Formats: sequence, C-alpha cells, structure tokens
Amino acid sequence: MADPMRIRAVARDGVVNVRVLMSHEMETGQRKDASGKLVPAHFIRNVTASHQGKTVLTALWGPAVAKNPYLEFEFKGGQKGDKVLVTWEDNKGEKRSDEGVIN
Amino acid sequence: MNHSRRKAIQSGGGLIAVLLAAGIISPGAALAQSDPFTIKSLAEAMRAVGGQNLTPSDAIIIKAPAIAENGAVVPVAVESKLPGTESITLFVEKNPTPLVGSFGIPSGTVGSVSTRVKMGQTSDVYALVKADGRFYVAKKEIKITLGGCGG
Repeated sequence: MADPMRIRAVARDGVVNVRVLMSHEMETGQRKDASGKLVPAHFIRNVTASHQGKTVLTALWGPAVAKNPYLEFEFKGGQKGDKVLVTWEDNKGEKRSDEGVIN
Repeated sequence: MNHSRRKAIQSGGGLIAVLLAAGIISPGAALAQSDPFTIKSLAEAMRAVGGQNLTPSDAIIIKAPAIAENGAVVPVAVESKLPGTESITLFVEKNPTPLVGSFGIPSGTVGSVSTRVKMGQTSDVYALVKADGRFYVAKKEIKITLGGCGG
C-alpha cells in the first residue's frame, strides 16, 4: 500500500481550495536501470475527488505527471468541517483513498 | 531450446498487448479507442482527445516558469476563464508522448488546476480547454536546463 496522501482543504468566500500531494513513483517506462533494463511503467492513471458524494474533480493521467504528484483545484459549495475524499488508481490496479477536512 | 525461447518471447509479447488493452480505462472511453497517452505526435494526441477546430483563446492562462531548471518537476497551472469549462487537458509538445493528463471539471468546480509535469526538453506546453462543447487552446514555452526524461 502506498503512503497516504496529504490533503489540505481551505474554505474562503464560499470557494474551497484543495491541495493534494500523492506519494507515487510515476515511473515512465522509458528509464533504464543500472543494468540497462527498462524499468516498467508505473504511474497513477485516475484521480477522483468528491465532496459529500458529489464528484468535484476527475483526472486522467499519463506517465508525464511528475513523481509524487501535486494537484490543486477549487470548488464551490464546501463548508468548514466537511470532508473531501480523494481516490487514485494506478496502471497496476493499486488504489488509495484519503480524506481531508476543510478548514 | 530455440523453440522454447521463441515461445517465451511470444507469450511475453502477448502479455504486453493484454496490458496495453487493459490500460484503456473507463473514463478514457470518452477519449478514443486507442490509448491517447501512447501517441507520439501533438496534433494526433489532441485529435485523440476530441480536440478539433481549436480556437486560440486569451481566456486560458498558463502559469508556469519561463525557465525551469529541473525538467523532472515543472509546476504548471492552468486557469480557464471560459464559461462552461468542462475539461482541461495538458500537452508537452516535445515529450516522447505529448499528452500529460486531462482534468474533468464538473459544474461547481472552478476552471483552474495546478500540477507538476515532466519535460524532456525545452518545449511549448499546450492547454486544451473544452468549454460549452467547443475546444479552445493556449500555449506557453517553457525552457528546460536539465531534462526530466531518461536521465
């Protein structure tokens, strides 16, 4: 299981700013290891963020997203104390979900 | 001996094909039949995500450094002021596969996303925005002093 995401969500003037830092290698599949063998691609494919059951952002990624991906977005309608749920799935089928509380 | 080696190679190839097929995931169904992340030309990759009849737009702002020292981690933010923004898709023209990622913006979400991308070399970065069923595009050049691919 991958390390937890760090999720910071801050509500201001009715808009919630969400910042997510995921822990993932994001291997491109083009890099060679010390013995000259290609390192297989391993990267996050899908990201979904939701607030009270409503999807507030989806992302579909390839291997060109940087290692330990950072994602920032904003949505309307969140209140202080609400939770934002973020889920990712990588190309090997590994998944991870974490929640952040809106401040 | 040769025979078994050949078999092993064949089965390996088959496995890769299956993995590639499995790589085409459900939200991608809206994108295209073949995996747009494997396309090597910018124009084709844009077409694969539905980007046709592109209108250049000043209402799309790409915020990124003009010069990035480390191509492995280039911060890029895209802000779309177009009403009815449905998705934002990022491309790095000179990467081996230009499509970086696509962000779906449901109603109620602000048309603005930030992330960090890898860039192999100095290149134009394109933001393709779908708004109200139409496609708009903006670009910005980012100079790289140290490549982020291979290494």
